[in-house]
Amino acid sequence: MQDRQLRARDMLRGDLEGEELERYVEERVVMTNLDKMLNWGRANSIFPLTFGLACCAIEAPISLVTARYDIARFGAEALRASPRQADMIILSGRVSIKMAPVVRRLYDQMLEPKWSMAMGACSSSAGMFSNYAVVQGADKFMPVDIYVPGCPPRPEAVLYGFTKLQRKIMGNPDPGWRRRYNAEGTEEWARGGPASTPSAVEAEAYERARELIGA
Amino acid sequence: VPDAPGLELIRGEIEGDHPGAVLDTSFDRGQAVLVVDPEQVLAVLGWLRDAPGQEYTFLSSLHVADYLPATPRFGVHYELLNRDRVERLRVKAMLSDPTAGLPEIDSCVSLFPTAEFQEREAYDFFGIVFRGHPDLTRILLPEDYVGWPQRRDFPVGGEPVTFTYNERAYG
Repeated sequence: MQDRQLRARDMLRGDLEGEELERYVEERVVMTNLDKMLNWGRANSIFPLTFGLACCAIEAPISLVTARYDIARFGAEALRASPRQADMIILSGRVSIKMAPVVRRLYDQMLEPKWSMAMGACSSSAGMFSNYAVVQGADKFMPVDIYVPGCPPRPEAVLYGFTKLQRKIMGNPDPGWRRRYNAEGTEEWARGGPASTPSAVEAEAYERARELIGA
Repeated sequence: VPDAPGLELIRGEIEGDHPGAVLDTSFDRGQAVLVVDPEQVLAVLGWLRDAPGQEYTFLSSLHVADYLPATPRFGVHYELLNRDRVERLRVKAMLSDPTAGLPEIDSCVSLFPTAEFQEREAYDFFGIVFRGHPDLTRILLPEDYVGWPQRRDFPVGGEPVTFTYNERAYG
Protein backbone atom coordinates (compact mmCIF):
# COMPACT_ATOMS: atom_id res chain seq x y z
CA MET A 1 0.00 0.00 0.00
CA GLN A 2 2.72 2.41 0.99
CA ASP A 3 4.62 1.33 -2.08
CA ARG A 4 1.69 2.29 -4.30
CA GLN A 5 1.42 5.66 -2.68
CA LEU A 6 5.14 6.28 -3.05
CA ARG A 7 4.98 5.41 -6.71
CA ALA A 8 1.98 7.71 -7.18
CA ARG A 9 4.02 10.49 -5.60
CA ASP A 10 6.93 9.71 -7.88
CA MET A 11 4.63 9.79 -10.90
CA LEU A 12 3.26 13.18 -9.94
CA ARG A 13 6.79 14.49 -9.46
CA GLY A 14 7.71 13.18 -12.90
CA ASP A 15 10.27 10.74 -11.54
CA LEU A 16 8.74 7.67 -13.19
CA GLU A 17 10.02 6.96 -16.65
CA GLY A 18 10.17 4.21 -19.25
CA GLU A 19 9.13 0.74 -18.19
CA GLU A 20 8.15 1.86 -14.69
CA LEU A 21 5.77 4.46 -16.11
CA GLU A 22 4.27 1.88 -18.48
CA ARG A 23 3.59 -0.48 -15.60
CA TYR A 24 2.13 2.34 -13.52
CA VAL A 25 -0.33 3.25 -16.27
CA GLU A 26 -1.27 -0.39 -16.83
CA GLU A 27 -2.07 -0.81 -13.15
CA ARG A 28 -3.98 2.40 -12.65
CA VAL A 29 -5.93 3.11 -15.79
CA VAL A 30 -9.01 1.24 -17.01
CA MET A 31 -10.14 1.85 -20.55
CA THR A 32 -13.87 1.92 -21.20
CA ASN A 33 -16.37 4.02 -23.06
CA LEU A 34 -18.60 6.73 -21.70
CA ASP A 35 -21.83 4.75 -21.97
CA LYS A 36 -20.45 1.87 -19.96
CA MET A 37 -19.04 4.17 -17.32
CA LEU A 38 -22.29 6.08 -17.09
CA ASN A 39 -24.34 2.90 -16.72
CA TRP A 40 -21.89 1.56 -14.16
CA GLY A 41 -22.39 4.73 -12.18
CA ARG A 42 -26.17 4.59 -12.56
CA ALA A 43 -26.38 0.96 -11.49
CA ASN A 44 -24.35 1.56 -8.36
CA SER A 45 -25.95 4.78 -7.15
CA ILE A 46 -29.67 4.12 -7.33
CA PHE A 47 -31.90 6.23 -5.11
CA PRO A 48 -35.05 4.23 -4.34
CA LEU A 49 -38.26 6.07 -3.63
CA THR A 50 -39.41 6.00 -0.02
CA PHE A 51 -42.71 4.42 -0.85
CA GLY A 52 -44.73 1.57 0.57
CA LEU A 53 -47.99 0.09 -0.63
CA ALA A 54 -48.79 -2.73 1.76
CA CYS A 55 -47.21 -5.41 3.93
CA CYS A 56 -44.19 -5.84 1.64
CA ALA A 57 -43.19 -2.31 2.65
CA ILE A 58 -42.06 -3.76 5.96
CA GLU A 59 -39.57 -5.85 4.03
CA ALA A 60 -38.51 -3.49 1.29
CA PRO A 61 -37.63 0.00 2.39
CA ILE A 62 -37.50 -0.78 6.08
CA SER A 63 -35.54 -3.99 6.59
CA LEU A 64 -33.39 -3.56 3.48
CA VAL A 65 -31.68 -0.49 4.88
CA THR A 66 -31.02 -2.04 8.27
CA ALA A 67 -27.58 -3.29 9.19
CA ARG A 68 -28.59 -6.93 8.75
CA TYR A 69 -29.34 -6.68 5.02
CA ASP A 70 -27.85 -3.28 4.25
CA ILE A 71 -28.71 -2.28 0.71
CA ALA A 72 -25.91 0.27 1.04
CA ARG A 73 -23.62 -2.54 -0.10
CA PHE A 74 -25.15 -2.04 -3.54
CA GLY A 75 -25.21 1.73 -3.39
CA ALA A 76 -28.94 2.20 -2.85
CA GLU A 77 -29.12 3.28 0.76
CA ALA A 78 -30.23 6.84 0.01
CA LEU A 79 -34.00 6.59 -0.02
CA ARG A 80 -35.61 9.68 -1.45
CA ALA A 81 -38.92 11.04 -0.26
CA SER A 82 -39.62 12.78 -3.55
CA PRO A 83 -40.16 11.09 -6.90
CA ARG A 84 -38.22 13.89 -8.52
CA GLN A 85 -35.05 12.67 -6.84
CA ALA A 86 -35.65 8.94 -7.08
CA ASP A 87 -34.37 6.50 -9.70
CA MET A 88 -36.29 3.40 -8.72
CA ILE A 89 -39.76 2.72 -7.38
CA ILE A 90 -40.36 -0.50 -5.46
CA LEU A 91 -44.00 -1.52 -5.72
CA SER A 92 -44.16 -3.13 -2.32
CA GLY A 93 -47.58 -4.69 -2.12
CA ARG A 94 -50.95 -4.93 -3.82
CA VAL A 95 -52.06 -1.98 -5.91
CA SER A 96 -55.74 -1.24 -5.47
CA ILE A 97 -57.59 0.28 -8.39
CA LYS A 98 -57.91 3.49 -6.41
CA MET A 99 -54.16 3.63 -5.80
CA ALA A 100 -53.14 2.79 -9.37
CA PRO A 101 -53.48 6.34 -10.77
CA VAL A 102 -51.45 7.64 -7.83
CA VAL A 103 -48.66 5.11 -8.42
CA ARG A 104 -48.67 5.87 -12.11
CA ARG A 105 -48.42 9.57 -11.37
CA LEU A 106 -45.47 9.00 -9.04
CA TYR A 107 -43.76 6.97 -11.74
CA ASP A 108 -44.42 9.67 -14.32
CA GLN A 109 -42.97 12.29 -12.00
CA MET A 110 -39.68 10.42 -11.66
CA LEU A 111 -36.93 11.66 -13.93
CA GLU A 112 -35.35 9.45 -16.57
CA PRO A 113 -33.52 7.17 -16.30
CA LYS A 114 -35.88 5.34 -13.98
CA TRP A 115 -36.63 1.78 -13.07
CA SER A 116 -39.34 -0.07 -11.22
CA MET A 117 -39.44 -3.29 -9.29
CA ALA A 118 -42.64 -5.26 -8.69
CA MET A 119 -41.96 -6.73 -5.28
CA GLY A 120 -43.97 -9.72 -4.17
CA ALA A 121 -46.78 -11.71 -5.69
CA CYS A 122 -49.38 -8.95 -5.36
CA SER A 123 -47.80 -6.25 -7.45
CA SER A 124 -46.56 -8.84 -9.96
CA SER A 125 -49.87 -10.61 -10.52
CA ALA A 126 -52.30 -9.56 -7.73
CA GLY A 127 -51.30 -12.68 -5.77
CA MET A 128 -54.24 -13.98 -3.80
CA PHE A 129 -56.33 -10.86 -4.47
CA SER A 130 -58.17 -12.01 -7.56
CA ASN A 131 -61.03 -9.60 -6.99
CA TYR A 132 -62.74 -6.38 -8.02
CA ALA A 133 -60.57 -4.03 -5.97
CA VAL A 134 -56.99 -4.91 -6.87
CA VAL A 135 -55.16 -4.30 -10.13
CA GLN A 136 -54.19 -7.69 -11.55
CA GLY A 137 -50.47 -6.99 -11.80
CA ALA A 138 -48.84 -3.58 -11.73
CA ASP A 139 -47.60 -3.98 -15.30
CA LYS A 140 -51.18 -3.33 -16.40
CA PHE A 141 -50.66 0.39 -15.91
CA MET A 142 -46.93 1.04 -15.82
CA PRO A 143 -43.71 -0.54 -17.06
CA VAL A 144 -42.06 -2.94 -14.63
CA ASP A 145 -38.40 -3.85 -15.01
CA ILE A 146 -38.03 -6.70 -12.59
CA TYR A 147 -40.40 -8.98 -10.73
CA VAL A 148 -39.47 -10.48 -7.38
CA PRO A 149 -41.78 -13.33 -6.38
CA GLY A 150 -42.65 -14.17 -2.81
CA CYS A 151 -45.27 -13.32 -0.23
CA PRO A 152 -43.42 -11.37 0.96
CA PRO A 153 -40.06 -12.03 -0.66
CA ARG A 154 -37.19 -12.52 1.73
CA PRO A 155 -34.94 -9.46 1.89
CA GLU A 156 -32.27 -11.61 0.28
CA ALA A 157 -34.62 -12.19 -2.65
CA VAL A 158 -35.20 -8.48 -3.03
CA LEU A 159 -31.46 -7.88 -2.94
CA TYR A 160 -30.97 -10.58 -5.54
CA GLY A 161 -33.59 -8.94 -7.71
CA PHE A 162 -31.88 -5.64 -7.16
CA THR A 163 -28.53 -6.98 -8.33
CA LYS A 164 -30.33 -8.40 -11.37
CA LEU A 165 -31.69 -4.93 -12.02
CA GLN A 166 -28.18 -3.51 -11.71
CA ARG A 167 -27.03 -6.00 -14.30
CA LYS A 168 -29.86 -4.92 -16.55
CA ILE A 169 -28.91 -1.27 -16.14
CA MET A 170 -25.26 -1.97 -16.89
CA GLY A 171 -26.09 -4.13 -19.88
CA ASN A 172 -28.58 -1.77 -21.43
CA PRO A 173 -27.04 1.40 -22.85
CA ASP A 174 -30.46 2.97 -23.41
CA PRO A 175 -32.19 3.79 -20.16
CA GLY A 176 -35.37 5.33 -21.56
CA TRP A 177 -38.27 3.06 -20.68
CA ARG A 178 -40.37 4.21 -23.61
CA ARG A 179 -37.79 2.85 -26.02
CA ARG A 180 -37.29 -0.28 -23.92
CA TYR A 181 -41.02 -0.98 -23.98
CA ASN A 182 -41.71 0.26 -27.50
CA ALA A 183 -43.92 3.01 -26.11
CA GLU A 184 -42.61 6.12 -27.79
CA GLY A 185 -45.34 8.58 -28.61
CA THR A 186 -47.34 7.78 -25.49
CA GLU A 187 -46.07 10.81 -23.60
CA GLU A 188 -48.86 12.78 -22.04
CA TRP A 189 -48.08 15.85 -24.12
CA ALA A 190 -47.66 13.85 -27.32
CA ARG A 191 -50.99 12.07 -27.19
CA GLY A 192 -52.98 15.16 -26.32
CA GLY A 193 -53.19 14.60 -22.58
CA PRO A 194 -53.75 17.28 -19.94
CA ALA A 195 -50.25 18.70 -20.38
CA SER A 196 -50.54 19.00 -24.16
CA THR A 197 -52.12 22.43 -24.40
CA PRO A 198 -49.19 24.61 -23.32
CA SER A 199 -46.69 22.65 -25.40
CA ALA A 200 -48.48 22.11 -28.70
CA VAL A 201 -45.39 23.45 -30.46
CA GLU A 202 -43.25 20.86 -28.72
CA ALA A 203 -45.66 18.12 -29.72
CA GLU A 204 -45.41 19.24 -33.34
CA ALA A 205 -41.63 19.25 -33.16
CA TYR A 206 -41.77 15.80 -31.65
CA GLU A 207 -43.91 14.51 -34.48
CA ARG A 208 -41.50 15.99 -37.04
CA ALA A 209 -38.54 14.42 -35.27
CA ARG A 210 -40.29 11.06 -35.34
CA GLU A 211 -40.88 11.41 -39.06
CA LEU A 212 -37.22 12.28 -39.57
CA ILE A 213 -35.95 9.21 -37.77
CA GLY A 214 -38.51 7.13 -39.59
CA ALA A 215 -40.36 5.91 -36.52
CA VAL B 1 -76.24 -8.08 26.79
CA PRO B 2 -79.86 -8.04 27.84
CA ASP B 3 -80.98 -11.62 28.33
CA ALA B 4 -83.90 -13.10 26.42
CA PRO B 5 -86.62 -11.90 28.85
CA GLY B 6 -84.91 -8.50 29.03
CA LEU B 7 -85.05 -8.31 25.24
CA GLU B 8 -88.78 -9.02 25.33
CA LEU B 9 -89.20 -6.28 27.94
CA ILE B 10 -87.41 -3.82 25.65
CA ARG B 11 -89.65 -4.92 22.80
CA GLY B 12 -92.72 -4.37 24.90
CA GLU B 13 -91.62 -0.91 25.95
CA ILE B 14 -90.89 0.10 22.34
CA GLU B 15 -94.26 -1.33 21.33
CA GLY B 16 -95.87 1.08 23.79
CA ASP B 17 -94.13 4.15 22.41
CA HIS B 18 -93.85 3.19 18.73
CA PRO B 19 -96.46 0.60 17.85
CA GLY B 20 -95.46 -1.77 15.09
CA ALA B 21 -91.84 -0.67 15.05
CA VAL B 22 -90.35 -3.96 16.24
CA LEU B 23 -91.17 -6.80 13.89
CA ASP B 24 -89.27 -9.60 15.55
CA THR B 25 -86.65 -10.42 18.15
CA SER B 26 -84.06 -13.09 18.32
CA PHE B 27 -81.70 -14.20 21.05
CA ASP B 28 -79.06 -16.51 19.70
CA ARG B 29 -75.61 -17.41 21.04
CA GLY B 30 -75.83 -14.65 23.62
CA GLN B 31 -76.63 -11.97 21.10
CA ALA B 32 -79.81 -9.93 21.34
CA VAL B 33 -81.33 -8.70 18.11
CA LEU B 34 -84.28 -6.45 17.47
CA VAL B 35 -85.63 -6.70 13.94
CA VAL B 36 -87.33 -3.40 13.22
CA ASP B 37 -89.43 -1.81 10.52
CA PRO B 38 -87.03 0.13 8.25
CA GLU B 39 -89.43 3.08 8.16
CA GLN B 40 -89.24 3.44 11.95
CA VAL B 41 -85.60 2.62 12.51
CA LEU B 42 -84.78 6.20 13.56
CA ALA B 43 -87.53 6.18 16.16
CA VAL B 44 -86.26 2.92 17.64
CA LEU B 45 -82.63 4.00 17.65
CA GLY B 46 -83.55 7.33 19.22
CA TRP B 47 -85.65 5.58 21.83
CA LEU B 48 -82.84 3.15 22.69
CA ARG B 49 -80.40 6.03 22.96
CA ASP B 50 -82.53 8.37 25.08
CA ALA B 51 -85.04 6.35 27.07
CA PRO B 52 -84.22 6.26 30.78
CA GLY B 53 -82.87 2.86 31.77
CA GLN B 54 -81.78 2.02 28.20
CA GLU B 55 -79.18 4.60 27.17
CA TYR B 56 -77.49 2.72 24.38
CA THR B 57 -75.52 5.85 23.60
CA PHE B 58 -72.73 4.33 21.52
CA LEU B 59 -73.09 3.04 17.98
CA SER B 60 -70.11 0.73 17.79
CA SER B 61 -70.74 -0.39 14.23
CA LEU B 62 -73.10 0.06 11.35
CA HIS B 63 -72.89 -2.47 8.60
CA VAL B 64 -74.88 -4.16 5.91
CA ALA B 65 -75.18 -7.81 4.93
CA ASP B 66 -76.62 -9.23 1.74
CA TYR B 67 -78.83 -12.23 2.49
CA LEU B 68 -79.50 -13.18 -1.12
CA PRO B 69 -81.53 -15.27 -2.02
CA ALA B 70 -83.63 -14.46 1.07
CA THR B 71 -86.24 -11.74 0.88
CA PRO B 72 -86.08 -9.04 2.06
CA ARG B 73 -82.55 -9.07 0.86
CA PHE B 74 -80.42 -6.50 2.69
CA GLY B 75 -79.94 -6.29 6.44
CA VAL B 76 -78.75 -2.99 7.88
CA HIS B 77 -77.21 -3.78 11.26
CA TYR B 78 -76.76 -1.25 14.04
CA GLU B 79 -74.56 -2.49 16.86
CA LEU B 80 -75.45 -0.50 19.96
CA LEU B 81 -73.49 -0.43 23.18
CA ASN B 82 -74.30 0.81 26.65
CA ARG B 83 -70.93 1.69 28.06
CA ASP B 84 -72.04 1.79 31.71
CA ARG B 85 -73.50 -1.68 31.81
CA VAL B 86 -71.37 -2.96 28.90
CA GLU B 87 -74.47 -4.28 27.21
CA ARG B 88 -74.70 -4.79 23.50
CA LEU B 89 -77.84 -4.77 21.42
CA ARG B 90 -78.18 -5.27 17.71
CA VAL B 91 -80.87 -3.52 15.74
CA LYS B 92 -81.54 -4.95 12.34
CA ALA B 93 -83.59 -3.43 9.55
CA MET B 94 -84.32 -5.63 6.57
CA LEU B 95 -84.59 -3.90 3.20
CA SER B 96 -85.94 -5.44 0.05
CA ASP B 97 -84.31 -4.85 -3.32
CA PRO B 98 -86.56 -2.53 -5.37
CA THR B 99 -87.04 -3.42 -9.03
CA ALA B 100 -85.79 0.03 -10.03
CA GLY B 101 -83.33 2.16 -8.13
CA LEU B 102 -81.60 1.45 -4.86
CA PRO B 103 -82.93 0.38 -1.47
CA GLU B 104 -83.42 3.33 0.86
CA ILE B 105 -83.40 3.85 4.61
CA ASP B 106 -83.21 6.88 6.89
CA SER B 107 -79.76 8.05 7.85
CA CYS B 108 -78.97 7.98 11.56
CA VAL B 109 -76.20 10.59 11.39
CA SER B 110 -78.44 12.97 13.32
CA LEU B 111 -78.48 10.48 16.22
CA PHE B 112 -74.97 9.06 15.97
CA PRO B 113 -72.45 11.28 14.11
CA THR B 114 -70.07 8.32 13.84
CA ALA B 115 -72.47 6.76 11.36
CA GLU B 116 -71.47 9.24 8.67
CA PHE B 117 -68.46 7.33 7.34
CA GLN B 118 -70.00 3.93 8.04
CA GLU B 119 -73.11 4.77 6.04
CA ARG B 120 -70.89 5.98 3.22
CA GLU B 121 -69.10 2.63 3.33
CA ALA B 122 -72.40 0.77 3.24
CA TYR B 123 -73.45 2.89 0.28
CA ASP B 124 -70.10 2.28 -1.39
CA PHE B 125 -70.23 -1.49 -1.20
CA PHE B 126 -73.94 -2.35 -1.13
CA GLY B 127 -75.66 0.61 -2.76
CA ILE B 128 -77.91 1.34 0.21
CA VAL B 129 -79.13 4.94 0.02
CA PHE B 130 -79.30 6.63 3.42
CA ARG B 131 -81.89 9.38 3.21
CA GLY B 132 -80.71 12.62 4.80
CA HIS B 133 -77.03 11.75 4.86
CA PRO B 134 -74.95 14.95 4.57
CA ASP B 135 -72.53 13.62 1.93
CA LEU B 136 -73.44 10.26 0.51
CA THR B 137 -70.53 9.51 -1.84
CA ARG B 138 -68.17 6.60 -2.29
CA ILE B 139 -65.59 6.43 0.46
CA LEU B 140 -63.20 3.54 -0.32
CA LEU B 141 -63.64 2.77 -3.99
CA PRO B 142 -62.78 5.26 -6.73
CA GLU B 143 -65.43 7.90 -7.31
CA ASP B 144 -66.15 6.66 -10.82
CA TYR B 145 -66.55 3.01 -9.86
CA VAL B 146 -69.59 1.31 -11.32
CA GLY B 147 -71.48 -1.29 -9.30
CA TRP B 148 -71.87 -2.42 -5.69
CA PRO B 149 -69.14 -4.99 -5.27
CA GLN B 150 -70.04 -6.53 -1.91
CA ARG B 151 -73.43 -7.64 -3.12
CA ARG B 152 -73.63 -11.35 -3.55
CA ASP B 153 -74.61 -11.17 -7.19
CA PHE B 154 -71.59 -9.02 -8.07
CA PRO B 155 -68.92 -10.93 -9.99
CA VAL B 156 -65.78 -11.60 -7.99
CA GLY B 157 -63.64 -9.99 -10.67
CA GLY B 158 -59.95 -10.37 -11.18
CA GLU B 159 -58.54 -12.93 -13.55
CA PRO B 160 -58.91 -16.69 -13.51
CA VAL B 161 -55.76 -18.32 -12.23
CA THR B 162 -54.44 -21.17 -14.33
CA PHE B 163 -52.68 -23.80 -12.31
CA THR B 164 -51.07 -26.75 -14.02
CA TYR B 165 -53.36 -28.94 -11.90
CA ASN B 166 -56.46 -27.35 -13.43
CA GLU B 167 -55.08 -27.80 -16.91
CA ARG B 168 -54.40 -31.48 -16.29
CA ALA B 169 -57.75 -32.09 -14.66
CA TYR B 170 -60.03 -30.06 -16.92
CA GLY B 171 -58.08 -29.65 -20.12
